Amino acid sequence: MDFGFLFQPAFSGGGTYLDWVLSGIKWTLCLSVLGWIIAFTLGSVLGILRTAPLAILRVPATLYVELFRNVPLLVQMFIWYFVVPEIAPKGAGDWLKTQMPMPEFWNGVLCLGTYTASRVAEQVRAGIQSIPRGQVNAGLATGLTLPQTYRYVLLPMSYRIIIPPLTTEFLTIFKNSSVALTIGVLELTAQARQISEYTFQTFEIFTIATVVYALITLTVTFAMRWLEHRTRVPGYIGGAGK
Amino acid sequence: MLRIHQLVAAVAAAGLFAAPVHAQELTGTLKKIKDTGVIKVGHRDASVPFSYLDDKQRPVGYGVDICMKIIDRIKADLKMPKLKVEFVPVTSQTRIPILTGGNIDIECGSTTNSVERQKQVDFAPTYFMTGTKIIVKKSSGIKGYGDLKGKTVVFTQGTTNERAMKAYNDEKKLGIKFIPSKDHAESFLAVETGRAVAFPMDDILLYGLRANARNPNDYEVIGEFLSDDPYAIMMRKGDPAFKKVVDGAVTALYKSGEINKIYTKWFQSPIPPKNINLNVPMSDSLKEAIKNPNDTGVGACGKMKC
Repeated sequence: MDFGFLFQPAFSGGGTYLDWVLSGIKWTLCLSVLGWIIAFTLGSVLGILRTAPLAILRVPATLYVELFRNVPLLVQMFIWYFVVPEIAPKGAGDWLKTQMPMPEFWNGVLCLGTYTASRVAEQVRAGIQSIPRGQVNAGLATGLTLPQTYRYVLLPMSYRIIIPPLTTEFLTIFKNSSVALTIGVLELTAQARQISEYTFQTFEIFTIATVVYALITLTVTFAMRWLEHRTRVPGYIGGAGK
Repeated sequence: MLRIHQLVAAVAAAGLFAAPVHAQELTGTLKKIKDTGVIKVGHRDASVPFSYLDDKQRPVGYGVDICMKIIDRIKADLKMPKLKVEFVPVTSQTRIPILTGGNIDIECGSTTNSVERQKQVDFAPTYFMTGTKIIVKKSSGIKGYGDLKGKTVVFTQGTTNERAMKAYNDEKKLGIKFIPSKDHAESFLAVETGRAVAFPMDDILLYGLRANARNPNDYEVIGEFLSDDPYAIMMRKGDPAFKKVVDGAVTALYKSGEINKIYTKWFQSPIPPKNINLNVPMSDSLKEAIKNPNDTGVGACGKMKC
C-alpha cells in the first residue's frame, strides 16, 4: 500500500487528491445529517399519525410509509432527479433542472430524508404501541387531552425505548448516502471511485473510504449510547448502563 | 545504433516466441482458460455499435465480433473447440479493476488505448479511431466549445473525454459546471431533459446515441476533436503469451481483409435494435491503423503526438 498519491496534485480543480477525499467526507456528512433532520422530523410526525384514533390522519401516514418503504432507494433517487422535474409544471421543472443551486445535492438530501422518514415512522409507531394501553387511559383519566397524553405520557417513554433501533437508522443513512453518487453527488464513495480511476490506487483509496465510514459510524454509535444513558429513567425498562 | 539494437531484440524475441504453443508450458490467462474451460468476456451495455445489448439482451457489436474471432483463434490454439464463453457486463469505471482482478479475461468494449492506462493493462492493435466531440440540442444555440462558458456539461465518470473536456475548461477558463453521471445513457438523458447543455464523448458513440434517441433530428454533434481516441481490446498486463495470440488474431483479420466485412456490417448497414444505419465510412486514420497494426496509445495530453 502506497498512500503517497494523496499528496499529488489532482488532475483538475487545483488541489491534491487528499482535498478530493476531504470534500467527499464533507458531502457525505452534509447529505446524511440534513437527510436525518428531515427523516427524524417527518418520521416522528408520521409515526404519531399512524397511531392516531382518526382514520383521516392514520390512512395518509400509512400510505406514505408503504410507498416510501417499498420502493428501492436507488429507484427513488432516479425518480427525484430525473422524473419529478419532467412531471412538474414547465416553469418549476426548468427551475429544478437549470436554476436551482446544487440540484443533485438537494435531491439527494430530500430522497434520503423522505426514504428514511418511512423507516423512522415505523419505529416511532412501534415505540408508542409498546407502551401499555393502561397508561393512555390513566393519562386521559387524570384530565389530560389526547395530545397532552402523547406529549407527557407516551412520547417521552417511547422515544427512550426506540433509541437503539433509531441508532441503526442513523447509521444506515450514512451508508445509504453513497447511493446519491448515482445522481452525481461527489460524496465519499464517488470520490473514492473517481480517485481510483485517476490514480489506479484502488485498494488504497477504498481502504481509506472504509476506515472513514467506520469512524463516522462508530462516533455515531458512541454518541447515541451516551444519549441513551443520559436520558435513562431509573427503574424503567432495560436499564441501559448502570 | 538504436535501430540495430531494436532489430536484434526483435529477432531474438521472434525466435523465442516462435516455438509452437503446445510445446511450451501454458502460463497466465491461457493457462487459466485451459484449466477452467471458460473465457470471460467483458462487454458494455450502451456503446453502440461497438459493444451493447441488442433487443434480446445479448451483447453484440463491432468489438464483440472482433473478440469472437480472437476466441476462435484461442479455441484452435488450445485445441478446445467447446470452450465456454461467459459474458460479463462492465462500465467505464469498473472495466479496469474487473480485468486486473481476473473476473474477465478480455474486454471487448469501446476502450481508448492511452499511455496512462498502459501502466495497468495491455492493448491489442487499434481497431477504431475516434475522438472527443460534444452532442447538444439544436435548440440550445451552442455552436462551439466557446459557447459552453458558464453552462452545465454532463460527463460519464471514468472516461478519457471527461479529462479532455476538463483540461480544455481549465485551459480556456470557461467556468463550466460539470455534473458526473454513471453511464452514457444517463449522460444523454441529462442533455435530453435539459439538465445539461452538452455531453462530451467519442464522436462515434455520440452518433450512436443520437441514432437511438426519440427524436434524432433534435440533436447535433459539434466541435473539432478535443482528443484522439484509438480504441482497442484490453487484456491483463504482463501476459505476453496471451497478448501474442490476441494480437495475432487481430492482425490476421486485418491482413485477410475480413475486417472490412465486419466494419460494413456495423457502420454501414442497419444495426439492431432499431435497424438504423449509422453510415460512417472508414476514416483514413483507421485505414492506416489497419494497414500497420499497432498498439500505440494516446499520450497524456490527449493527442497521439504530444
